[in-house]
Amino acid sequence: MPLPYYVSPEQMMKDKAEYARKGISRGRSLVTLEYGDGILLVAENPSTLLHKISEIYDRIAFAGVGKYNEFENLRIAGIRHADVKGYSYSRGDVTAKALANAYSQALGNIFTQDIKPFEVEVLVAEVGDANGARNEIYHILYDGTIEDERNYAAMGGQSDEIRRFLKDHHKEGMPLDEALQLGVRALTVTQNKTLTEKDLEVAVLDRTKARRKFRRIPLEALGQLLGTAR
Amino acid sequence: MTDGERWRSLFNDYSNSSFLEVLRRESPHLIPGHEVPAAAEVREPVHGTTVLSVRYRDGVIMAGDRQATAGYQVASRRIEKIFKSDELSGVGIAGAAGPAMEMAKLFQTELEHYEKVEGENLSLEGKANRLSQMIRMNLPAAMQGLVVVPIFAGFDEKAGLGRLFKYDITGGRYEETNFDAQGSGSKDARDSLKKLWKRDMSRDEALRVSLEALIDAADEDVGTGGPDLVRGIFPSVKTITRSGFGDVPEEEVKGLCEAILGERSRTGNGA
Repeated sequence: MPLPYYVSPEQMMKDKAEYARKGISRGRSLVTLEYGDGILLVAENPSTLLHKISEIYDRIAFAGVGKYNEFENLRIAGIRHADVKGYSYSRGDVTAKALANAYSQALGNIFTQDIKPFEVEVLVAEVGDANGARNEIYHILYDGTIEDERNYAAMGGQSDEIRRFLKDHHKEGMPLDEALQLGVRALTVTQNKTLTEKDLEVAVLDRTKARRKFRRIPLEALGQLLGTAR
Repeated sequence: MTDGERWRSLFNDYSNSSFLEVLRRESPHLIPGHEVPAAAEVREPVHGTTVLSVRYRDGVIMAGDRQATAGYQVASRRIEKIFKSDELSGVGIAGAAGPAMEMAKLFQTELEHYEKVEGENLSLEGKANRLSQMIRMNLPAAMQGLVVVPIFAGFDEKAGLGRLFKYDITGGRYEETNFDAQGSGSKDARDSLKKLWKRDMSRDEALRVSLEALIDAADEDVGTGGPDLVRGIFPSVKTITRSGFGDVPEEEVKGLCEAILGERSRTGNGA
């Protein structure tokens, strides 16, 4: 049997990270903002059928960027985790923190053990309830690194520039239309084109809703919120 | 496993969006009826009694009394028997209360799980079928006395009307066109509905007919609880229409029950 080539662990991790980062930066970006009534998620996504943003559980949403089949797998795993947990304990015991930890473990394991790392970043958001509990936003990178974000988060292609832009412009307690307009401006900050409602996938976790807080914003409503309705 | 088999197996796994299959694979101990007790162990399970469903102009009404019995004892006066399974459907449970409530919870999770994974709702037919498979799964427990026989009703978006289904313990599914009742007082409720049901009823008419039937069931069947004016406990009534699953406010149910009872005592009709 021929001996495998020796590659130092350091070099191997560097190569994998570079590979994953390259894959992610080719994709379009996604932003999350806290607004007055909850959490807003805005993705540049011309497809109305293949979603990047999705409901996980009553107060929890998921968003992914990068390779579709990979984050889709993670999304379904998350729904399974949440539904089994909620079924065996109670609905209130399903938390974004546990889910984010599971994603972090999974991505970390894949990154170190598999030949090819996942080219994805995922985000888990949980809206706090009406009596003042704070929102939680977790951002998990391709290697399992987990960050807990406040007020806003950005993932995908040009996320560094977008984050800088949001840092300067985000205000607490914005109404939905203002937050959405800011989100869309953030997505276009690195490119000189305008995004219309047809290029966007938008959803909110709205704490004023009854049990299931997740709601997709349909095309017509999106036009009105952006002020481009005819 | 060769490469070809690996990708082909992805297509064979049609159960990808089923919560029940996830449980079966990963946590079988959580499935209701997983361990069936020996017959001697289940002496007097708590029973829910009468639930009914009535079709009307905008959809369906589901209603149930609030009493649960264990043998000749009242086990609970305030039990809820009508459960929302999703925005457009509900289940009314009758039979052994423990397994029935567990089944309703599992069914609700199953529908929500499918909706989240697939990004769209199951058809009403698909939902009814799924429930039928769950009841069949409960057959060994049913043979030991833990019978669960729900009513399933919902609004069919494609057909644009309310539809209702009844079941037997083997999971047999039978669609009823106008109304049906299930549980110990079901025969009396059905008899009442047979005389009172009319085509194209309004919400208020259908509501009254449903409550008349429940009051008749409570009158004739010892297991079914009537409106309890002393404690202020009234039947639970839900409507399922194009715009979703809704509660009929307790005040309205109370008012109607009082009107029905008042009229019965005044005229002697139905007494």
